[in-house]
Amino acid sequence: MSILGTRVIRTEDPRLLTAGGIYVDDLREPELDGAARATFVRSTVAHALITGIDTSAALEQPGVIAVLTAADMTDLPPPPPAGEFDPDAPAVEGPLPLGGVWSEPLLAVDRVRFVGEPVAIVLTDSTYQGEDAAELVSVDYEQLPAVPSIEAALAAGSLLFPDAGTNVCQKGGQDTSDESIFDGCEVVVEGDIVNQRVACLPMEGRSTAAAFSGGKLTVWASTQNAQLSRLILTAIGLPPDAIRVVAPDVGGGFGAKIGVDRESIIVAWAAKHTGRPVRWVETRNENLLAMTQGRAQELHIKIGGSRDGHIKAYRLNVLQDTGAYARMSGFLPSLTVLMAPGVYDIPAVQADYKVVVTDGTPIAAYRGAGRPEAAATIERAVDWFAAEAGLDPARVRKLNFIKPGQFPFVTKTGAPYDSGEYEAALDKVLAKAGYEELRAEQRRRREAGAARQLGIGLASYVEVTAGDAGAGETCKIDVHSDGTATVYTGSSAHGQGHHTAFAMLVQAELGIPMDKVEVIHGDTDLIPDGVGTYASRSLQLGGSAVQKAALEVKDEAARQAAALFEAAEADVVLDADTGLWQVRGDPDKSLTWAQVASEAEGGTLMANVRFTQAMPTFPFGSQLSLVEVDTETGKVTLLRHVTCDDAGPVLNPVLMEGQRHGGIAQGAAQALCEEVLYDADGNPLTSTLADYGAITAAELPSFELVTSETPTHLNPLGVKGIGEAGTIGATPAVQNAVIDAVSHLGVRHIDMPLTPERVWTAIQSAGLRRHVREASAK
Amino acid sequence: MKVELTVNGKDITADVEDRTLLVHFLRDVADLTATNIGCETTSCGACTVLLDGESVKSCTVLAAQADGRSVTTLEGLASDAGEMHPVQKAFHEEHGLQCGYCTPGMVMAIVSLLRENPSPTEEQVRAGLEGNICRCTGYHNIVKAALSAASGVNP
Amino acid sequence: MIPPAFTYRRASSADEAIALAAEYGDDAKYLAGGHSLLPLMKLRFAAPSVLIDLGRLPELSYIRDERTYVAIGALTRHHDVQHSPVLAAQIPLLAHTAGRVGDPQIRHRGTIGGSVAHGDAASDLPAALLALDATFVARGPSGTRSVQAAGFFKGIFETDLEPGELLTEIQVPKPAVPAAWSFQKFTKRAIDWAIVGVAVQGHAIALINMGTTPLRATAAEAALASGASIADAAALAAEGTSAGSDIHATKAFREHLARVLVKRALEEAGARS
Repeated sequence: MSILGTRVIRTEDPRLLTAGGIYVDDLREPELDGAARATFVRSTVAHALITGIDTSAALEQPGVIAVLTAADMTDLPPPPPAGEFDPDAPAVEGPLPLGGVWSEPLLAVDRVRFVGEPVAIVLTDSTYQGEDAAELVSVDYEQLPAVPSIEAALAAGSLLFPDAGTNVCQKGGQDTSDESIFDGCEVVVEGDIVNQRVACLPMEGRSTAAAFSGGKLTVWASTQNAQLSRLILTAIGLPPDAIRVVAPDVGGGFGAKIGVDRESIIVAWAAKHTGRPVRWVETRNENLLAMTQGRAQELHIKIGGSRDGHIKAYRLNVLQDTGAYARMSGFLPSLTVLMAPGVYDIPAVQADYKVVVTDGTPIAAYRGAGRPEAAATIERAVDWFAAEAGLDPARVRKLNFIKPGQFPFVTKTGAPYDSGEYEAALDKVLAKAGYEELRAEQRRRREAGAARQLGIGLASYVEVTAGDAGAGETCKIDVHSDGTATVYTGSSAHGQGHHTAFAMLVQAELGIPMDKVEVIHGDTDLIPDGVGTYASRSLQLGGSAVQKAALEVKDEAARQAAALFEAAEADVVLDADTGLWQVRGDPDKSLTWAQVASEAEGGTLMANVRFTQAMPTFPFGSQLSLVEVDTETGKVTLLRHVTCDDAGPVLNPVLMEGQRHGGIAQGAAQALCEEVLYDADGNPLTSTLADYGAITAAELPSFELVTSETPTHLNPLGVKGIGEAGTIGATPAVQNAVIDAVSHLGVRHIDMPLTPERVWTAIQSAGLRRHVREASAK
Repeated sequence: MKVELTVNGKDITADVEDRTLLVHFLRDVADLTATNIGCETTSCGACTVLLDGESVKSCTVLAAQADGRSVTTLEGLASDAGEMHPVQKAFHEEHGLQCGYCTPGMVMAIVSLLRENPSPTEEQVRAGLEGNICRCTGYHNIVKAALSAASGVNP
Repeated sequence: MIPPAFTYRRASSADEAIALAAEYGDDAKYLAGGHSLLPLMKLRFAAPSVLIDLGRLPELSYIRDERTYVAIGALTRHHDVQHSPVLAAQIPLLAHTAGRVGDPQIRHRGTIGGSVAHGDAASDLPAALLALDATFVARGPSGTRSVQAAGFFKGIFETDLEPGELLTEIQVPKPAVPAAWSFQKFTKRAIDWAIVGVAVQGHAIALINMGTTPLRATAAEAALASGASIADAAALAAEGTSAGSDIHATKAFREHLARVLVKRALEEAGARS
């Protein structure tokens, strides 16, 4: 029986549970002996010209090796020349930073654009010395008016990049000016929705160690992809061949560790520049100031349809705050636009986006990256529409779902959905949750005028995974003469369980038991070519690559076995349960993998492949959230969360559930409590974990998961991505639940996070509106 | 100043700066790197270790304050024969960890919690973990692991 | 992040601590559990040059039943206050409140005296002690004195303690009806400081985070004393307060919460007794 689909506990865990992981700060490699500690001096103001940097006092401190600023970076290759800027030009392809006038420096040169921007790097013998010395670097700023919000950016009273002449750095999407799409709509809702800025907050912050010797740079980085990091690190003027990047254990990424940031490049440069190994491990304060953050959109919606619940038209205008630098240009909102209509067959859809720079921390991918914003908005819009029409939100969803027979389905925004069973997923969730009983209990509480009201929130979502399916993923498998196998994957683990999943695939195909399969990732010397982990791509691309490589190894082994058996290749078979090679019809003769591999050239059977996929996949699901709202205080308690997340056949339920659990918690956290805040001068107000309200076990219930497996035809495993689905569904489900709890009081929308004060204020305002309406009716 | 600690049963003496935090003593002097640092505001619990058998956040304790006392870190939990502690075992069986960074602190917090309350309810486990942040697991399987370790310890 | 350099001195007795404080003067700070001071130092908001560690003074860690009151050594940890059988029976409000401070790890280190001496209006225990009409015993170079809780909290992080004076004991009178208590802590997350909190013992009402110090809701108390209903008294809960606005709540919302929570607290205390 195949191991695929069974509950296999992780092979990664024993080491992590007894000795702890080896993260960058734990590395004791000989190359890092005597490594200097790097401490960054960061901008304390949001927007200013740098008029002077005095490093003399810091240099006198004990243990200080060097204090380096942009002025010291004379040994870097010159940046590419700035081209003409045209804000109406099409978006940069892919998640790439904008160059030209929008370029981001390494250390700040003459201007800072956000609090936390690196201005100087202090190298010391120890961490303690570094913090003391960094405090003594004196930077003179001539402050400029801050651009603390999208509104301020659009007003253009202050320009972050004066050469650009605007704070709008990208525009895209469709023409959204055609009002006629709402003609004939009996119910129309129009409103503004904020998808707030949140911190990605992996438990391990960013960290990098670098050593330069003999013309070769070795960089250990907490990254989601060593190979991309290597490419980025060529910025210090070395060719890729002269750089080795290693990803040791990585303490979470969530999108914010795709490649490496400017700090890592500076650390690598400092190691090369000084000839001394350098290690940098950021503090949480730095992490909350300068690691890229997520979401940060303001959206305007208009949705219209018939009184009986058929949605006819949907319009979405996205304003993306990209922070101080356009790290991902228009990529995130272009995904929001692509996924705008969600799971619904809406006859007319218009969506566009505009990206502005502000002096917030730069925005980049965060678990979902552009798709959660789309799902949160359409799901909010559908609920809003349903409430206005006086219809049950489950019913409105079912009326408008794309039906199973319509796949493959191309949306009005151009998304080519591969497969889906949207109504079935919702039905499963409704059944598991006991939807009708919950509605009955809600009615009872409403009729009793209870202080604590019940809210039931639904979200039906579809998302896009492996967006860059064509880039694929690499895998090399060696089967050794001792019968063990080594898997070299271009994918990159940081908690997802790649090693377990990929070993399972090898066992399933080759019959080599998991404990004889070693999985290696994240070392460019061993795996020069690889893509990495993001966009929920690892199993469908990386896993399919493992399977493809395994099949190639198997073919090669069959040839060897046939020669050994002196049989026809077609008669040689592998028993995948025992891992033994046999000749058909002759059960007495068999060969082990060790025997077959020993006969191969060099004693190793080898396959080296890249798996690419024709198109991205579109996992989907439904989630139901049950909340209690204390209407006297606005406090929300999440009571239950039921989900059906369908990403095709499940390779290992243990891992899949883990991804969903984590995703749900992060999604719920955005809905309930997490938000990065700035004051009017662009000063961050949430730069410690005491202020940034990361969700804990005490705020969450256990989750109830329902299974559904609809395969895709796009890869041989039939699988789609699951890493981000939980997050994408959970945010709108929780938000809709809270608003549902107080909708009978006249509340139609509350922006996230649904803090007590926001909820309470919404109840008060709705009460006031009702009061005024009733008074004027008399 | 001279600080003398018993760490995982072993005596370790070192001359350190007065301001040395216990977590740095453990990581840099004792070279026990399982204990991680996740914040500086006593908020995240990644650095949780046992001080005289009780959970504390080692980033908010001076090595000097722990002088003469006994500290247990994740590395010291398994038996001498290498058998995992029931809480470690439960984390493995229930998939209570993903990236592993919060894990040492979570495990130590739960070991302490179960010593004080050997048969907690789910609500008590959740409340007891209010000071430990995990970003990967959604806490679901951590809570499950704590409950299963509790039932295993006290069948 | 690392605290700025300082000299560490460990006191082996209360007298030695007081002598050390006298020796170093304004540069020195007492270090109890350290869970208020060390985070501030790590963020470099505080930089005392000498820390006098009180952590090895078993003489100041105790909970004693003194017939009319319970005496609690200033260095008694929150964990021990929370689990004290004496307090559970005689002053359940205090045991419960100690169990709501921070998280289990913090309660293993933080002390009741440290919390009181820090004088944070957002802290839980000072308000509970205020509602319980506790007396604080302080010892200094010139001897020992007692201060009523009502006169102890002076301003933002400011108490009646003189420089160098050491809080040694907290004396909590036994309430007439121990069960007539309620503690309402309103937070976004369990771990957070109270946005607003209310401690009620009998008809005494203390407020957390409604001004620069822990406060008694005097208007509501007066109303109760003159026979007003709980609802009418609670409506006065924010009278005389001076709550601030921050990222967690506006002043107006805090005032609203104070009214709601005082009503709930009085109802719960009434129902328990």
